[in-house]
Amino acid sequence: MAKRDIPEINAGSMADIAFLLLIFFLVTTTMDIDAGIPRKLPPKVKKDQPKPIIKERNVLVVNINQNGEILVNNEYKTVDQIKDVAKDFLDNGAGKGKDGNTCDYCEGKKLETSSVHPNKAIISIQSSRKTKHGIFVQVTNELVRAYNELRDRETQKLYHESYENLLERAKKNPKNETLKNKVKTVKERFPMILSEAEPIKVE
Amino acid sequence: MAKFNKKKNDMPAVNTASLPDIVFMLLFFFMVTTTMKDSDLKVVQTLPKATETKKLEQKKLVSYIYVGKLKGKKGDFIQLNDKLASIKDIQNFILDKRTKVTESELPRLTTSIKADINNEVGTIFDIKTELREVDALKINYSATTMQRKE
Repeated sequence: MAKRDIPEINAGSMADIAFLLLIFFLVTTTMDIDAGIPRKLPPKVKKDQPKPIIKERNVLVVNINQNGEILVNNEYKTVDQIKDVAKDFLDNGAGKGKDGNTCDYCEGKKLETSSVHPNKAIISIQSSRKTKHGIFVQVTNELVRAYNELRDRETQKLYHESYENLLERAKKNPKNETLKNKVKTVKERFPMILSEAEPIKVE
Repeated sequence: MAKFNKKKNDMPAVNTASLPDIVFMLLFFFMVTTTMKDSDLKVVQTLPKATETKKLEQKKLVSYIYVGKLKGKKGDFIQLNDKLASIKDIQNFILDKRTKVTESELPRLTTSIKADINNEVGTIFDIKTELREVDALKINYSATTMQRKE
């Protein structure tokens, strides 16, 4: 029987084929990571639901008009100022909260004109229908940041770590109850009560 | 002398046998990291910038609502999946998404509103009203992440 020589497959063009595929994936790839500001919408309003009674001092009205100008409790403010105004408002703690306790962790000035307790303090974003989405997100971002910074302060005080770190750890160990409770405690100290009012129609 | 000349001319060829391996390595990297755009954007957008963003995990559980402008046309346009849509299609879009996930994943469904910075808040509010109608309350204002500045 003649010895059969199996011819070697020429692998010289393998590189070309791989390059072709590589270029295809290079072109089609999109490396964008989707991120955004998470928010929760209020549930549908039932018709017979009574309107809650809220004192004016417990509401911080942030009004954005169609030109992108911002009024916070009727005072003109820039985007950079909002965060501090919101923090002062939330951290005021001049009186008793929902459960009748005073806010012993608040470090605010305890002004008579500002909120009584973080769990009663409401921030309301009002806008006109023609307001630009960009500025609206910017303002929302600043307000969320105010909450996050206050929560961070409390986390540092209670558990000596950053809020971000705590959230990260809680996410990685979803079954860890102590971590869960820590997050809950911090969130309850400054609950995010951020309302988005229906935009006003301006003709 | 001839001996020396010979030596100089005999440049060894670069061995390209490992070239396919290198290219394949790159190829696999891109194949793994790639995410194909599942819908072509018809509307033109610039996303707002924000510092307090959270990453959207598990793309499977996210429904995207694109809002933006169309070239040469006035007003805001909504895009769901591949098609331009009207505000009335949103409820069906969300209900449709719900049929595609398991029951345990239902509460984790998120709606990402990808809107252009020049859109009107009114349009976005109408979208939110529709979402509230179908109890899709977890939303996300899509934004590009930016570092905090003090």
